[in-house]
Order: sequence, then C-alpha cells, then structure tokens
Amino acid sequence: MNKRLVSILAVVALGLLGLFGPWLFPAYVSQFSKLWLFIVLALTWDLVGGQMGYNSFGNIVFFGIGMYAAAVVQVGLYYPVAAYTAAKGGGTEFVFDAAQFYTGLAVGLPVGGVIAALVALLLGSLILGMRGHYFAIATLGLAVAAGELASGWEFIGAGSGMVTPTPPDSIDTTILFYYLSFALAAVTFGFLAWLYSTRYHLAINAIRDDEDKAEAMGHRTTRNKIIAWALSAFFLGIAGGIYGNISKFIDPIDVAFNGAEIGVWMILMAILGGMGTLWGPVIGAAVFYITKELFWTFLLGWQRVALGALIVIIVVFFPQGIVGWLKERWPEIFGPTEEEMEAADARKGS
Amino acid sequence: MNNLSLLINAPIFNIQLLLDGLWIGAIFALAAFGMALVWGVMNIINVAQGEFVILGGFITLLAMQFGLPPLAGIPIAAVVLFILGWGLYRLVIWRIVDADMFISLLATFGISIMLQQLMNEIFGSDVRTAESNLGISYLFDNMVTVPHIKALAFVLAFVIGFGLWLFLKRSRMGQAIRATAQNARAARILGIDTDRVYAATYAINAALCGAAGALVVMAYSIHPYMGLPYTIRSFMIVILAGLGNLVGVIASGLGLGVAEQFAGFLLGTEFQLAFVFLLLVVVLVWRQWRLAQRRQYLK
Repeated sequence: MNKRLVSILAVVALGLLGLFGPWLFPAYVSQFSKLWLFIVLALTWDLVGGQMGYNSFGNIVFFGIGMYAAAVVQVGLYYPVAAYTAAKGGGTEFVFDAAQFYTGLAVGLPVGGVIAALVALLLGSLILGMRGHYFAIATLGLAVAAGELASGWEFIGAGSGMVTPTPPDSIDTTILFYYLSFALAAVTFGFLAWLYSTRYHLAINAIRDDEDKAEAMGHRTTRNKIIAWALSAFFLGIAGGIYGNISKFIDPIDVAFNGAEIGVWMILMAILGGMGTLWGPVIGAAVFYITKELFWTFLLGWQRVALGALIVIIVVFFPQGIVGWLKERWPEIFGPTEEEMEAADARKGS
Repeated sequence: MNNLSLLINAPIFNIQLLLDGLWIGAIFALAAFGMALVWGVMNIINVAQGEFVILGGFITLLAMQFGLPPLAGIPIAAVVLFILGWGLYRLVIWRIVDADMFISLLATFGISIMLQQLMNEIFGSDVRTAESNLGISYLFDNMVTVPHIKALAFVLAFVIGFGLWLFLKRSRMGQAIRATAQNARAARILGIDTDRVYAATYAINAALCGAAGALVVMAYSIHPYMGLPYTIRSFMIVILAGLGNLVGVIASGLGLGVAEQFAGFLLGTEFQLAFVFLLLVVVLVWRQWRLAQRRQYLK
C-alpha cells in the first residue's frame, strides 16, 4: 500500500462519488454542490497561503468579483444591465429562455474567472513585491474595501444587491450547478496536481521556505508570486460565478464579499486539512463542511466565535493539519512529511 | 466633488475638518503606538489590535451602567484589557513568539474574529456611544464647532502616550522591554526574564488599546465590527513612521486622521472606510517604491 496507490484510489472514489452523488444522496444535492465549491476555495487559498507562504485574508475579493462579473455578463448579453438591476431583476420583461441561459453561463463563468485573474494581476503587481506580512494586512483591508465599493455602485445594484438570471422552468438548476461545481472542483484539483509536479511548484515552495535565498538564486520571485495569485483568483472567480447562481441573489456584503464567513472559512479549511499539501484542503473542506452542516445550528450565535477559536487552536496546537498528522502517524501509507523528505535529501547529498 | 468648491469658497470648513481630523488622529496614534511596541519587541503583528480598542469601549459602557462617570472608564478599561492581554499571552501568544510571522498573523487573526464575535454576542450589534454631556465651543462666528469631549480625548491621548513613553524610558520593566527589543538573546543572558517582558508588552499594548477605546466611545461611537479599521490604521501608521519612531507615529496618526476627514467630506462618508483601505495599499506601494530605489524592500 504505497502513497501513489492511496491517492489514485482516493481520486477514483471521489470521482465516482461526484458523478453518482445525485443518485446516492438525492436530498442533499445542493449541499454537495456547495461542498465541491468549498473544496475549490480551500485549494485556491492553499496555492498562495500554504504552498507559497503568503497568507491572504482577502481572497474573497476574487470570489465576489467573479460572482458579479458572471452575473453582469449573463444579463448583459441580452438586456441592458442598468435597467435590469434597477428593476431588481423582477417583472416579466427580463425573461431568459434555455439557450440564452446556457450561453450566458458558458460565457459568464469564464469571463468572471478571467476578470478576477486580471484584478489579481493588477493588485498583485502592486502589493506582491513586499514580504508576506505586509501582503497579509493589505489583503485584510481589500476584502472590506471591495464590499464597501460594491455596495456603493449603482450599476450592479449597489446595496440592494443583484438577482442572477432566472432560468426557465425546463432546466433542473440543482443538478446543473451540481455538475458545474463538481467539474470545477475536478478541474482545479487536476490542474493543481499537475502544477505541483512542475518546477514552478518548487519555485513557489522556495519562496515560502526562504524568499531571500530564492531571489539570490535568480528566481523571479515577484513574478512567480503574481502568477500564483492570479491562478488562484481565476478558479475562485469561476467558483464565485457558480455560487452566485446557486444562491440566486447577490448581496454585496452578505454573499459576494462575505469576508466574515466564507472568507474565513476558506482559510480555516486549508489549515485544518494541512497547509502546503495537495490533499489537505480537500480533506479540510470536507471535514469542515460536513461538521458545519451537522452541528452549526446547535451553536446558535456562537458559530463565529467558535470559528475564531478554531483558527487559533489549529494554528497554535495543530499546525500540521489532518494530512500532516496522517503523514506523521502512518508515513508508509501517506508518504513522508516535508521535513523527513528534506532530511532524506540532506543525507543523500552528504 | 461638489464639496471641493465648498472648501475653496468657504475656507472655514477646512479648519473644521482639520480639527476633527486632529482629534481622532491622536487616538489612532495611541493604538499605533501599542502595535509598534508589540511588533518591535515580539515581532508579532497584532491583528486583534482594533478588537482591543472596541472592547475597551464596551468595558467603559459597562462601567457606566454601574453609575461610574465615563472618564473612570479609561483606567477600568485599561486594567481589564491588561488582564485580558496577560491571559491571552499565557494561553496563546507565548507559543508563537518565536514562530514564523505567518503563524502569528493567523493566530492573532483568529483571536480578532473570536473577540469580534464575542462582543457581538455579549454587547449586541448596535452602534453605541457614551454620553459625556460636556459642552461645545463655537469658534469663528459659530462656523467651527469644538465638542469639548473630543478635545479632551485628544489631550488625554497625549497624556497616556507620554505616560507610556516615560514608563519605557524610566522604569526597570521599561528598560527590560527596550533591551529585549534590541536583542532578546543578550537580554536573556543578562538575566532578564524575557517571557515576563513579552507578557508585559502584550498586556501593556492591550491596556493602551483599552484606554484608546474608552476615548473612542466617549468622543465617537463603537460597534463590534468596527475593530478592523483600527487595526488597519495602526498598521498603516507604523509602516509610515517605522518601528521605534514615536514622533513619526504621532505625526502619521494626526496626518491620517486629517486625511480621513477630508476624504470623508469630499467623497461622502460612505466611502470613508474604503478610502482607509485603499490608502493602505497606496502607502504600501509608495514605501515599496521608495525602498526599491535603494535596492531594498519591505521586510
């Protein structure tokens, strides 16, 4: 039972679960589609936060941008957006037939991702030349600023939000968005699995481990950092677009730029599963999401308090995360930890 | 931008905005002083800074419910926050003092969320203020108003800041704190209990924020979620001034207060917060650019 076999088995199992999930758990399809999206959120956060060591407290910005951009495109292809948001999406004038709805989605979601990535390129070139802690605090502010700006912009409905296009009754949106979310999670996971096998992965790991040395060795650290953030923003933007369509209504602060909940969850999921591992965010997202759905209501108003406490506890007492712990406990199944691999390399070298 | 012409045609408004900015700027500087202290001594950026400020405000309100005058809230908030800071250090912070800065960022971020939500649960999510019932002075033919409480808060902020400065310069603990900031290892060799110093530093920072919060609730208003802007402002002031530059902290604090007032007036108050956060990015980029000219970077 080696590491490779375990991952292949896990991928196959997850793939089967994803494909046949709607038949296995017909009552929980919408919950599962959110779970797939949460996996995307955790994976993309970890690309920058775990693999590169740049904690971003503001990745929610790209989620929100993707959500708004997708909705604007979906509407804008057929109707004037300003009139649509002014009418709160209601009334009988703004009807989308099946073809229009599908085209809107097919164009809107990628556009949302691309716009989010472009914003990340722009912002990243401004603030990624600095070291991680400056970046972290800057992103902390960005999330709030984005929400404030979105609630002041009339074109996208300002504070009263925006309704995503209502699909015709013939489309089963629950299943549609389930498979879209699953496909996005699969593509993101596959892409990152590939990315983590390239030299680029080593480059961003080097940034995390010792940025000064990486720079001295001739790595273009700033460029690599910006690329990583833009990649993570691209997938986040698409996830945002899907999430907006699932919730059917985009509120600037409670849905799109929901830094207090979704923005914190993505960090928690990644560190819970294990920062800097491919499987960590997936496992962290699954564990967190299922626990959240099962027990969240019992905590009443104290959920968010528990959230903060959880972050502190995990970071301080359990920094290796679930995957790190598994690797420590059963290295023959889950592969050696980073430290052991480094030690092995050092032995080989000497 | 209609308000711009108003400022040019009626210069008296500039004075009003300037004064308002100075009053609040002193409080920003006070919180930033604490952040610089913790950052310089322990190498931790305390993301929970703003939550300490807001908590100080709520403690003051609580003290007033027991019939105490608002001004008594300042020492009470400071003492309560000092104890909280000490407790947090003993529970969590001591484990992350020597760790990577990313760990401490995440941990204090977690603390900030926890405190924010605790305040929301315990004190409710209303915007609160403590009525001090001090008068208002009118200057320049009633064109400029000066609420006495704001001016008093301004003065008190300076008094508290000066008190802390004296403490750091003169007392044994203050000297130990400064020695630890310079070189923790050497301080340990010379017999300074650095663990105690760290605990004291973190607790003093919390107490300072508590006092600042008491001033905020008297002169302005508080809300459980209003902590983050104070964290961002403190951070911005510290970056502008640099660590260990007290005059710089005061100047940047006052400058930030004034800039915010003008921005709020020109862009509309709904964009004042967004302005703070965007200004942070601008300040960072500017610092970065200045350093890049000398082949250095922010680290």
